[in-house]
Amino acid sequence: MTEVTSTAPADRARASELGPVARFLRATELDTRMLGMIGALLIIWVGFHFLSGGLFLTPRNLWNLSVQSSSIAVMATGMVLVIVTRNIDLSIGSALGLIGMIMGVVQAEFLPQIMGIPLGSPSIWVLALISGLLVGLAIGGFQGFLIAYLGIPAFIVTLGGLLVWRGAAWWVTSGRTVAPMDATFRLIGGGPQGSIGATASWAVGIVACVAFVLLLLVARSRRKRFRFPLRPVWAEGFIGTVACAAILGAVWIANSYPWPIGIVRRYAETNNIELPEGGLFIAHGIAIPVLIAVAAGIVMTFIATRTRFGRYVFAIGGNPEAAELAGINTRWVIMKIFMLMGVLAAIGASISTARLNAATNSLGTLDELLVIAAAVIGGTSLAGGAGTIAGAMLGALLMQSLQSGMVLLGVDTPLQNIVVGVVLVVAVWLDTLYRKRII
Amino acid sequence: MEPAGTPLVEMKNMSIAFGGIRAVDDASVDLYPGEVMALLGHNGAGKSTLIKILSGAYKRDAGVIYVNGEEATIANPRDAKKYGIETIYQTLALADNVDAAANLFLGRELRTPWGTLDDSAMESEARKVMGRLNPRFQRFKDPVSKLSGGQRQSVAIARAILFNARILIMDEPTAALGPQETAQVGELVKQLKSEGIGIFLISHDIHDVFDLADRVCVMKNGQVVGTARTGDVTKDEVLGMIILGRCPPGAIPGPGAMAIAA
Repeated sequence: MTEVTSTAPADRARASELGPVARFLRATELDTRMLGMIGALLIIWVGFHFLSGGLFLTPRNLWNLSVQSSSIAVMATGMVLVIVTRNIDLSIGSALGLIGMIMGVVQAEFLPQIMGIPLGSPSIWVLALISGLLVGLAIGGFQGFLIAYLGIPAFIVTLGGLLVWRGAAWWVTSGRTVAPMDATFRLIGGGPQGSIGATASWAVGIVACVAFVLLLLVARSRRKRFRFPLRPVWAEGFIGTVACAAILGAVWIANSYPWPIGIVRRYAETNNIELPEGGLFIAHGIAIPVLIAVAAGIVMTFIATRTRFGRYVFAIGGNPEAAELAGINTRWVIMKIFMLMGVLAAIGASISTARLNAATNSLGTLDELLVIAAAVIGGTSLAGGAGTIAGAMLGALLMQSLQSGMVLLGVDTPLQNIVVGVVLVVAVWLDTLYRKRII
Repeated sequence: MEPAGTPLVEMKNMSIAFGGIRAVDDASVDLYPGEVMALLGHNGAGKSTLIKILSGAYKRDAGVIYVNGEEATIANPRDAKKYGIETIYQTLALADNVDAAANLFLGRELRTPWGTLDDSAMESEARKVMGRLNPRFQRFKDPVSKLSGGQRQSVAIARAILFNARILIMDEPTAALGPQETAQVGELVKQLKSEGIGIFLISHDIHDVFDLADRVCVMKNGQVVGTARTGDVTKDEVLGMIILGRCPPGAIPGPGAMAIAA
């Protein structure tokens, strides 16, 4: 075992000569594809910033961007697993609509009027949320069962779901919009109240930095214990520094976006605070939906890379027959993926419903396409077997950046759609080129 | 070596049909510890299908499987693995997009006390077993799709021997290999045999396996033509069994031979 990592001149092909960039990438073991996406995102941001005359890269716009992306980002994390196993879920936009409707009815009508729970009681938002998650789980489980055990193609099952759930959403209230939502429930959607404020944001940022550094150290000590090749110390330091800078930078931006004057005034009145000359600076901090999205991303990354289930998902995507022959219960894995997707759709539904402060029949229309596009732009291969959660979330952010950037520029809606469509196709084309060059 | 005692595996009167074609028709075959049994026959003779019943990939229509003299219920690959039956498939059955260690432990991952995947331990084990099979193998971080044919083959073989198989099924193990690697597989077969593992060696090419095998079983059109110890028959006679279904005097005739004679 001592010899396995030795650098003795082994009887094998010599390593190719590497330039400084390639050496840097090898030492840091960074994913070049991910770097490319971050680069594309930065180019889009800077481009919009100049085109809009300095409106894009402002704390306010970036904060809004993060909130607007979160629902799609949450669902994209699940879509990665769905697509990795060579399936598709066209129904989540409709499922989101139905789940949102049910959560809306539960908290605005069923619990207060029929069960007699007083408005504002904490049990209302908890029960509404739970009912939504359960409905999501059931929808996903039902579709997953049809796909995995009855062998109906996912495209067809979820295309049916697209129609069925949208129709069911209409049926819940005969198309009537339900509003307003519970005050606590609304925090899930963001806004001044639905953000955690400056102090808590810094705390979250510091905890995240510490956790990241700890993860690096744990990984390094594990590799050392098994005597595997280690990354150079400078590379570890570089990664840690950049990641911490990015985390704290994001917190700083979120903390630079103050509450609007009107809300500050109202807040000051209700809390009997004397409003100082020139107004009071109360920072938003990180929005709750963004925290939910980040948490979903972390949990899903953990599931995808550190658990048996995740390993099976990727193995099934790489070679379904091999996975079956290796003794994996592939059907149950597929069904579980769709159950997970249903739960994530419910989380997306709660974010969307809370942000809108209403449950409407058309909520989430076309979301399935945005989610699929986010996953695919993020490097999930429709041929199966490849994709990352972080990539999909970046993809969601990229799509949202394009859209809100064009809104800032005052681009017509039809042209917006054209641009997003073209970007999707070009992104996948670039990805195909990249994969050909790498493999 | 004289087969004696209880067979490691005994498949009796196996039948399976796909859409009206009897791919395996009343075939019986057995295997003793430390024995190499070559399953020979043309493409489409039913060898792979018969063996896929044993490895749990196909469900048989009729027949009984005994492992160590006891009736075994094998309904899926997991069941087969519980009986210590490991298979190296002709297609290798590797998940191309994950690395060697992930493939070796697919379905039987090592886990940390918290229930998460223990990738380091798996990679360490993978380095050990691959070091034994193919000392030059170093590409533990690459997905197996990037490996050469021979390297992929060694991953598939390593996976089969990693979990203390008692019965090893090798379906055309040398089809994708060069002469040197073929010789390596031959060495491995001898080594495993000496450890008391029973091996089913499937091939359509008699030259690959005749020297390695203790017994041959020839199939044709889904039926067993005959079974013979390699000492009792010549290569030409076995070729006659494969091509014509003619059973020589040194072999025990099966249902396939009778049908031709009639």
